[in-house]
Amino acid sequence: MSKSNLTRRGVLKTGAVAGAGVALPTIFTSSAHAFTNEPTGSSVKIGFNVPQTGPYAEEGLDELRAQELAVEHLNGMGDGGMLNTFSSKALDGTGILGKKVEFVTGDTATKSDVARASARSMIEKDGVTMINGGSSSGVAIAVQGLCQEAGIIFMAGLTHSNDTTGKDRKANGFRHFFNGYMSGAALAPVLEKEYGSDRRAYHLTADYTWGWTQQESIQASTEALGWQTAETVLTPVGAGDFQSYITPVLNSGADVLVLNHYGGDMVNSLTQSIAAGLRDKQVNGKNFEIIVPLYSELMAAGAGENIKGVFGSMNWNWQLTDEGTKAFVKSFGEKYGRPPSNSAHTCYVQTLLYADAVTRAGSFAPCAVAEALEDFEFDGLGNGPTLYRGEDHQCFKDVLVMKGADNPTTQYDTLEIVEVTPVEQVTYAPDHPMFGGTEASLGACNNGA
Amino acid sequence: MFGLNKKDTKFLYIVVALTLLTPILLQPFPEASPLAQFNAGYPDLMQRFAIFGIFAIGFNLLFGLTGYLSFGHAAFLGIGSYATVWMYKLLSFNVLPGLILAVICSGLFALLIGYISLRRSGIYFSILTLAFAEMAYRLAYSVLTPITNGETGLQVYSNDPQILMGENSSTVTNFFGLEMSANYILNVGGWQFTFNFGYYFCAIIAILAFYLSVRIFRSPFGMMLRAVKSNQQRMNYTGLNSRPYTLAVFVISGMYAGLAGGLLASMDPLAGAERMFWTESGAVVLMTILGGAGTLMGPILGAGFIKYFENIFSKINDNVLHSWFSFLPDGLEDFVVFIIHPFVGKGWHLTLGLLFMLVVIFLPGGLVEGGQRIAKLFKRKKTTPDDKDPEHHPKPAPHVAE
Amino acid sequence: MDAIFLQFLNGLDKGSAYALIALGLTLIFGTLGVVNFAHGALFMIGAFCAVTVQKLLNVGFEKADPEKLDFLGKPLMVKTPYVEAWFGPETGQAIIDWSVPLAIIVTIPVMIFVGVAMERGLIRHFYKRPHADQILVTFGLAIVLQEIVKYYFGANPIQTPPPEAFLGSFDFGVLLGFDPNVIIYPYWRLVYFIFALIIIAAVFSFLQFTTFGMVVRAGMADRETVGLLGIDIDKRFTLMFGLAAAVAGLAGVMYGPILAPNYHMGMDFLVLSFVVVVVGGMGSLPGAVLAGFLLGILQSFASMNEVKSILPGIDQIIIYLIAIVILLTRPRGLMGRKGVMEE
Repeated sequence: MSKSNLTRRGVLKTGAVAGAGVALPTIFTSSAHAFTNEPTGSSVKIGFNVPQTGPYAEEGLDELRAQELAVEHLNGMGDGGMLNTFSSKALDGTGILGKKVEFVTGDTATKSDVARASARSMIEKDGVTMINGGSSSGVAIAVQGLCQEAGIIFMAGLTHSNDTTGKDRKANGFRHFFNGYMSGAALAPVLEKEYGSDRRAYHLTADYTWGWTQQESIQASTEALGWQTAETVLTPVGAGDFQSYITPVLNSGADVLVLNHYGGDMVNSLTQSIAAGLRDKQVNGKNFEIIVPLYSELMAAGAGENIKGVFGSMNWNWQLTDEGTKAFVKSFGEKYGRPPSNSAHTCYVQTLLYADAVTRAGSFAPCAVAEALEDFEFDGLGNGPTLYRGEDHQCFKDVLVMKGADNPTTQYDTLEIVEVTPVEQVTYAPDHPMFGGTEASLGACNNGA
Repeated sequence: MFGLNKKDTKFLYIVVALTLLTPILLQPFPEASPLAQFNAGYPDLMQRFAIFGIFAIGFNLLFGLTGYLSFGHAAFLGIGSYATVWMYKLLSFNVLPGLILAVICSGLFALLIGYISLRRSGIYFSILTLAFAEMAYRLAYSVLTPITNGETGLQVYSNDPQILMGENSSTVTNFFGLEMSANYILNVGGWQFTFNFGYYFCAIIAILAFYLSVRIFRSPFGMMLRAVKSNQQRMNYTGLNSRPYTLAVFVISGMYAGLAGGLLASMDPLAGAERMFWTESGAVVLMTILGGAGTLMGPILGAGFIKYFENIFSKINDNVLHSWFSFLPDGLEDFVVFIIHPFVGKGWHLTLGLLFMLVVIFLPGGLVEGGQRIAKLFKRKKTTPDDKDPEHHPKPAPHVAE
Repeated sequence: MDAIFLQFLNGLDKGSAYALIALGLTLIFGTLGVVNFAHGALFMIGAFCAVTVQKLLNVGFEKADPEKLDFLGKPLMVKTPYVEAWFGPETGQAIIDWSVPLAIIVTIPVMIFVGVAMERGLIRHFYKRPHADQILVTFGLAIVLQEIVKYYFGANPIQTPPPEAFLGSFDFGVLLGFDPNVIIYPYWRLVYFIFALIIIAAVFSFLQFTTFGMVVRAGMADRETVGLLGIDIDKRFTLMFGLAAAVAGLAGVMYGPILAPNYHMGMDFLVLSFVVVVVGGMGSLPGAVLAGFLLGILQSFASMNEVKSILPGIDQIIIYLIAIVILLTRPRGLMGRKGVMEE
């Protein structure tokens, strides 16, 4: 491809011509293909399945931006982003195994059913070899199961439940994002340092699987510090008004409130707790504190002023200063005029990791790709040295403990990094009881076809 | 034939033909053309057309005939799905036991909910059914997680008993060994047609469901239900108790929904709680009204229309738009993409909302009326306009404030 | 005891929101007989009036500050709102701080306009159409409205904080002899409760004590006869629609500080508002208000730990359970009129 052809239009035209030559996707037929959706032409299709409607639409939009950027970088356009800092040098900007990368997008609406329908249409109609995305654990687990059955690779986006790589782990599914256990393990030492070891915590937990696993994790790690758990209360998802769950907190003798909520629920429960003046109160002679174990930039933006001084954890943040992060923030920021969110980062990295694994394996066959990803150690993608553990397909890397900034200068630095918790501290055994124990298994990898 | 009059038989033949040829009809564009984006002839979507067609046909039996507007039909859909997946977990991936259980379970629930809800009519009935469905959804999502697997959705795990699974049993959903995912792919020129066993399985059940609904529409029982719609009070004064009739049709309608739910789980062995959310109940109401309530064909058209938008328009992104309009000069291309952008991809809801309004404003009888108008244009000279079957029309309900 | 009292207060507050939303809906749905699925969207537009006012007040000029850097390492553009430049930083800040109460002034005319436009342009042609058609057209409208809001404001919730003076909570318990921090009540919720009572009282007195209200009430009871008397009932119904929209919008604008406005908040409240209206009884304004408070209070009690430990998940379904019980024991809800939406 000549250099003059590297405009968007040029590439699209080339793509259209190339597309015309692509052999037709044949799914679930055993005749001609070694594995599901084996790409036979000069291009390969991957699918980005993110929430584009519903409460997480904004997060999905940011994920899509990052995924498009990743495709650009894989195809050799733009400044290459993290390809320049990635420790594996298999990718050279000529697509994957010489095939140009094309992508299709779909809407999960944050519902398992819709997400599965969208993913099936990507597999059956568009012939994708990999699906990436998702902004909730339920959706991620549902789509992961589908990819396992269909015989393609699933690279999870934002999913924080222990179950994704715990009891629901699948041989064809991979998670880069951290999880509830890691949040607890990373937060606990910081909380001890800031708030001491004699605290009584009150949990408000979203009443579904993600909420439960997070509460279990945080409870376990704070109790190990010597904290007591005053009460754990389940709240309906999407309750909107949490007042009747918040007001009894002060009366319970608890001096810390843990909000195991995400998205809109977290914005509302935090806002309402602050509005009720909880943080101005003194209980047991100590300042009342609030903790939000899982943070995201968009939630922080939604909660506005209210997150000041509130601790939480994140998978990655654009304010990190390593080379990989700088390269990514630069190319994302220059293209979209805003720094990427941590869900955008995880989707970007997952796309690169997939492309890299295919290249190293020399094949798009899911089993070969999975083998290349298992126990793969890499660096330069923003989180420091990282291991893709073979036993459960979970990434192990440093976890960030964050705090709502007291004096943000822009709308983007409302969270500040308090500590980078080293990976050793958040590592657990693959058969940890919170992760399905000894019964959990990946099953056999599935090439489909 | 089949106990139908000549006209209905012809109608049934047309429906059968359309259903069987769906994989070809929905694939009008060659694979390589940019318009292939609009092709809908892939297994998942075709299956959905058939399944939601069944759901809407069942709903229309209740709403179209009696005028009772249930806002909780999605509960039966969900119950059907859960029952089917439980059969996979306990027995094997053969769909038959699951489908039977789905119909039985949803029928029982419909009997219970119908018995209670039908004590009231009009809006009070709608809210009662809505309340039951919302309770089912909320409990399934949270407290009943041991049974429903909550947010994740009920799925089959490798350590499930599956007592009928033999050594060589299929590990995907099947009908006595015939796998739902089996495809026969036909390439003709640039076109590719996918004939999927799962689709034909759904399609045959859908045709049977349609046939049954025609029989009910034309039966004395159907007549009785229509009498309920036009004036229940007068019926009661004549000494006829309408409750058993309405309850019967409510249960039948619930069983249709349960069957549809079971089929959903047969095509894709996962049952999510969102299936019971009020928006799903609302969706079947919208499908029926959009297509034309009280008509035989309307609900199926409505179901297809909404599912098409959900699956096709939501996947059109800016890249696709640029590839369509790449023949235009640069500035103009960007402008056109800018204009269309809000209506596709993440904005597909907007298009759907606009179309709802346009259809109901300009085609009071739903999509079916649109079809009739077109048909009338073609045969204006041959026939008088009055030869349409009057029974294919919704009767406008009297307005309350008058 | 204190816990019960606390939840009673919470219930009153929750109930005032439900009652206010249901009041607007019952004016359209319970009395004009239009199944208005766009009511939630009206509530949402009201909330976004506050967002818009806040955004407008924050409009300003940008100046590069070489001392600070943005995320790409370029000089940071610091924004100064015009109101701060014109009135000085302190007064300007105070104006922005009070943007939610200020938004009320904007909301009333905007919502009346929206309501009237909706009735004139769309709903009017659907009075004689079946309810099914009304559902479809208003649902379509609701989707369109919410997608437009999403297009301009994004899908993320946007904070509309109350004035600083109303942050924190009022220690009710101390007044009544409880220990401090036992019965607390956020100031803004107190404001919302009082505001709701004022609006409800205003709507009732408007319908009860004005000639206009009298004619409208007569029109609800028997539209044709009123028309025969030579009264242009249509025009009055149009205004009623505007009034209902204004009530919905006011409920929304004041709710912003409690629940950060997002584009789908209307849909979230839609089902609930229908349940409240029907439980109150079709065609009854006092019924809707009563049902709102009743459901709010019972929901608050259901969310107590003591209750939840006996009946897990009861707080999720209490509203629907109560609705079923009431509709089975009282055929037309709490105070419904005969013959409204029963066929």
